[in-house]
Amino acid sequence: MNAAMQAAGTTIEYEPPRNLAEFMSLALAMESEAAQRYAELADAMEMANNVEVAELFRRMANIETGHARAVMAQMHWREYVPRGSPFSEGPETPGEDAVHYLMQPYHALELALACEERAERFYADLAAAVEDAEVREAARGLEAEEREHVALVRAWLARAEKPAENWADDPDPPRYVD
Amino acid sequence: MNDVAPCAPRTAQTYKSAYKPIWCPGCGDYSVLSSVTKALAMLDLPPEDVVVVSGIGCSSRIPAYTNCYGFHGVHGRSLAAATGLKVARPDLTVLVAGGDGDGYSIGGNHFLHACRRNVDLTYIVMDNHVYGMTKGQPSPTTEPDWDSKLSPGGTKLRVFHPLVVALASGANFIARAFSGDPNGTADILAQAIRHPGFSFVEILSPCVTFRPEQREWKTQVRPAPVEPTTDASRAARRLMTDDGFNIGVLYAGDRPVCPLAPAEPRSRVEDLEAEFAL
Repeated sequence: MNAAMQAAGTTIEYEPPRNLAEFMSLALAMESEAAQRYAELADAMEMANNVEVAELFRRMANIETGHARAVMAQMHWREYVPRGSPFSEGPETPGEDAVHYLMQPYHALELALACEERAERFYADLAAAVEDAEVREAARGLEAEEREHVALVRAWLARAEKPAENWADDPDPPRYVD
Repeated sequence: MNDVAPCAPRTAQTYKSAYKPIWCPGCGDYSVLSSVTKALAMLDLPPEDVVVVSGIGCSSRIPAYTNCYGFHGVHGRSLAAATGLKVARPDLTVLVAGGDGDGYSIGGNHFLHACRRNVDLTYIVMDNHVYGMTKGQPSPTTEPDWDSKLSPGGTKLRVFHPLVVALASGANFIARAFSGDPNGTADILAQAIRHPGFSFVEILSPCVTFRPEQREWKTQVRPAPVEPTTDASRAARRLMTDDGFNIGVLYAGDRPVCPLAPAEPRSRVEDLEAEFAL
């Protein structure tokens, strides 16, 4: 049996999957969780009237949903049955607290890039460590997909306007400080 | 032949309503909502058999965001309403939710007696050590030296320790969770719901608007270095030395659950009506 592994960019240890079904189940849980979180962040940003960032998070949610669907199609799974995740949060999931109501598309893309890079590293580490050839091949495949996402988000980031230093200034802040 | 179509498996999404939360972006309560829905999915409870009861405050908005029955009640009185509901409808799973102000200050008296009665409820307190909805007043769990425009120099008041009070008052299950660990929190909530009697789960849930420094909680929380205990004395020693950042199930007792209804009603509604008949 494989020794416990540390998830990329985290301090979390987990037992690596033993076969393809276990691996794809883990991948599905990760992609679905990331999609759900991006959708939640998009909703939160819509409520804060930050339309541009909301749209960006919605786009990321759609990308991750597509990824989850691809995993299901590959495994001929018809419905998503949730399985336990070994993570407090998956490597690809943006933190709920990583947002600000005045954040700009540049910040959102930085956040997305960090998540995609963590996911790429996660699959790469896993592919390098597992013994099962099928799992290794599938992990390499997902690593390649994440690499494409990293490149895509980097390209968006290169075109995004860098925020001014005072981007978080609010003329009518919720909390007054001296 | 049974022509009822098989139900799709219940997921966390099953328990979310179409209403979008209006919490501040970054608020820990988003994660708590996610954990509650994940816990209900783990337990595969039909949404129509679950009721979420709350009081007043940011976190008390949570019933509207679930697809279960809900009761958004009066400030501090969520436990009273939930107790009545559970007694009347013991078949339902009743979750009670709110914040530290609602639960420990305005509702402090109800908290003591809900623990003491040990009715089968799960009480979830999203503790951010501040009254967020009303612009940042100190709550019973606010640190004495927390300086703000509304409490210059801090309150200098001793902090309320809800877990110690819950144990002393008779709660049958006591745990602490952190919103930044949504899957771990979901697991604790599922255990709390399963556990008979009054289960109390305090969830550290940062207020990014009025207590932005609470973003650092993620570096301070840690799994409690102890196993859950059924021994109240051990739990008491554990909780009295607790610094507020130990995460996990800290006590799981076996007190008898409050009987929900007498075996035989002493009188019938018809008898009472007869007394008033002209």
